[in-house]
Amino acid sequence: MASVPSKLYSDDVSLVMVLLDTNPFFWTTSSLPFSQFLAQVLAFLNSMLLLNQLNQVVVIATGYNSCDYIYDSSSAPNHSSEDARLPALYSNLLQKLEEFMIRDEKLGKEEPRGKLASSLLSGSLSMALCYIQRVFRSGPLHPQPRILCLQGSPDGPEQYVAVMNAIFSAQRSMVPIDSCYVGAHNSAFLQQASYITGGVYVKPQHLDGLFQYLVTVFATDLHSRSFLQLPRPAGVDFRASCFCHKMTIDMGYICSVCLSIFCKHHKKCSTCGSVFGQAQSDNTSASDRKRKAPET
Amino acid sequence: MSTGEKRRLNGEAEEEDDDDIDGGLDAWERTYTDERSWEALEEDESGLLCPIDNKAIYHAQYRRRLRSLSANAARIQKGLIRFLYIVVDLSRAASEMDFRPSRMVVITKHVEAFIREFFDQNPLSQIGLVTIKDGVAHPLTELGGSPESHIKALMGKMECSGDSSLQNALDLVCGYLDQIPSYGHREVLILYSALSTCDPGDIMESIQKCKKSKIRCSVIGLSAEMFICKLLCQETGGLYSVAMDEAHFKELMLDHAPPPPAIAEFAIANLIKMGFPQRAAEGSIAICSCHKEAKVGDGYICPRCKARVCELPTECRICGLTLVSSPHLARSYHHLFPITPFDEVSPRQNTPLQRPPKTCFGCQQSLLNPGNKLGLSVACPKCNQYFCVDCDIYIHESLHNCPGCESFRHS
Ligand SMILES: [Zn+2]
Ligand SMILES: [Zn+2]
Ligand SMILES: [Zn+2]
Ligand SMILES: [Zn+2]
Ligand SMILES: [Zn+2]
Repeated sequence: MASVPSKLYSDDVSLVMVLLDTNPFFWTTSSLPFSQFLAQVLAFLNSMLLLNQLNQVVVIATGYNSCDYIYDSSSAPNHSSEDARLPALYSNLLQKLEEFMIRDEKLGKEEPRGKLASSLLSGSLSMALCYIQRVFRSGPLHPQPRILCLQGSPDGPEQYVAVMNAIFSAQRSMVPIDSCYVGAHNSAFLQQASYITGGVYVKPQHLDGLFQYLVTVFATDLHSRSFLQLPRPAGVDFRASCFCHKMTIDMGYICSVCLSIFCKHHKKCSTCGSVFGQAQSDNTSASDRKRKAPET
Repeated sequence: MSTGEKRRLNGEAEEEDDDDIDGGLDAWERTYTDERSWEALEEDESGLLCPIDNKAIYHAQYRRRLRSLSANAARIQKGLIRFLYIVVDLSRAASEMDFRPSRMVVITKHVEAFIREFFDQNPLSQIGLVTIKDGVAHPLTELGGSPESHIKALMGKMECSGDSSLQNALDLVCGYLDQIPSYGHREVLILYSALSTCDPGDIMESIQKCKKSKIRCSVIGLSAEMFICKLLCQETGGLYSVAMDEAHFKELMLDHAPPPPAIAEFAIANLIKMGFPQRAAEGSIAICSCHKEAKVGDGYICPRCKARVCELPTECRICGLTLVSSPHLARSYHHLFPITPFDEVSPRQNTPLQRPPKTCFGCQQSLLNPGNKLGLSVACPKCNQYFCVDCDIYIHESLHNCPGCESFRHS
């Protein structure tokens, strides 16, 4: 069971797990080019590390086909290797990032068809939580962890169960999930993640000022945060998506055995196979029985 | 304070012995009795004492539980709506120190864990808390679906005194549960420390009343078996058990988290119509239908009739639609789609062809022992990624996702 961290360590030292969306299918459609986005994020990471010399930053790339750790300030060499003009953070991270993106591209066999592809948020969230548990295990003296999702890709409905599992685990270990969403529409996953875990959700209005949003909202440690006036959620989308069509619905039917959600009345539950008694309502079309089980 | 009271009851004759009971121990002796350090030792094959390897034992325990879980997880009704009252006996018997540091502390600790587990497994159910103190039963919280408010109320009430009264508790709970709609399953779980009950009337009548109202009463005793508790459970179809130690108590409590099999088999599968309200925007003013008060922000809007309600889950007062939030349901989805147990990787198994990774895929911790050999580690049978033992436990007990499987796209 996840242990609740003790409060013995100094409260202004942070561990920030940054989940960086590198999905190429999103960045080719974005109004903000990836290079500009990255430049602002790097400046932000650098200022995080300068704020407190004990601060720790770990970056995980959220790709289209895979996820991987690309930077850890606690294990990175402190001196810049060849290119002395760039700080160590930049050269280390950029090199790993490039390697990751080449690997990620090679893994993909086919281009996504139809609507805009999602990135593997559930994977990078799960990895970040494992890393945070390791920090909790390391003893009572550790930085205060939090997760920052820098996401632009739309939500992948097939990741719903996995993302929710990760959110609840973060909530149990009291790790806030902050999110900065740079995509076109709001992300219901990240809105719920930040709401449930007590993090901050921001969707910047002006993407060229991204650095300022990042520094003013996400740079302060959790203790100082309680003194700031941070953006508050303007309504969170708590609607569910049905298991049969992955459609977002605000009213639906729920199997009393397994709690699967359906948008219309069925005779048999496609998740657990229970046969239902009499219909509670007039709507009885049971044509749709196929459903892709979310991967877990 | 309560041990002092007890002594007064026992008469003056024992007054002198008191000094011998806790005053007689020297400080150095007391640290041994308090810490029970001998419990952390075991004998090896040759009879030498050695410290218990807690990590290995914990891991083995967890693997056993995982196996038994995946064996009987098949058909549990998650959508059963249970209304459960937890009755905590806070009479002076709860201050006994046979559980460490005291029965009361152990009870509160495990009630907290139980409440969280209960709502994980029964997301649509409700819990209420009742305490018994000085021979009277007090309601601590009303029936509700929010674990935090129950836990907070319980933590604020950590003191015990007086006698215990089973009948008063039953009468109080019976009165509350009688008002519950008929589709709900009524249950009472009593955590009983005392060895007696001090009742105002005939307890048999109260037991019959519970039976008539179809309230299933279960008791977990902390001292010894009592006839009246056994009878109560028999009559109402509940479970009676007595805890031997803290670990056993925890196990007995958690046995009550999944719906009782008798009820689960009895209930018919059904499709329940439900609404998923949106959270109202911050700062908007509306009159809520539950308290009939004007409230700023903080509320949910019924998708069918647009009435405002304050809390979820609930039933819309206007149109009767059951309202839940989708995260509320999602809390139990890991029971629906459990992840496969990981396989243990023995250090010898590695073929030179396929070099195992040096670090845990989840947390990046080194998997190598000091001798540069692969230490204790596990691998996911689906994605073949290697994990450390700590991540293995965290992934299966709390996260319920395999980071390896989640971070590769399946087509
Ligand atoms: Zn549907
Ligand atoms: Zn079902
Ligand atoms: Zn309504
Ligand atoms: Zn690990
Ligand atoms: Zn896996």
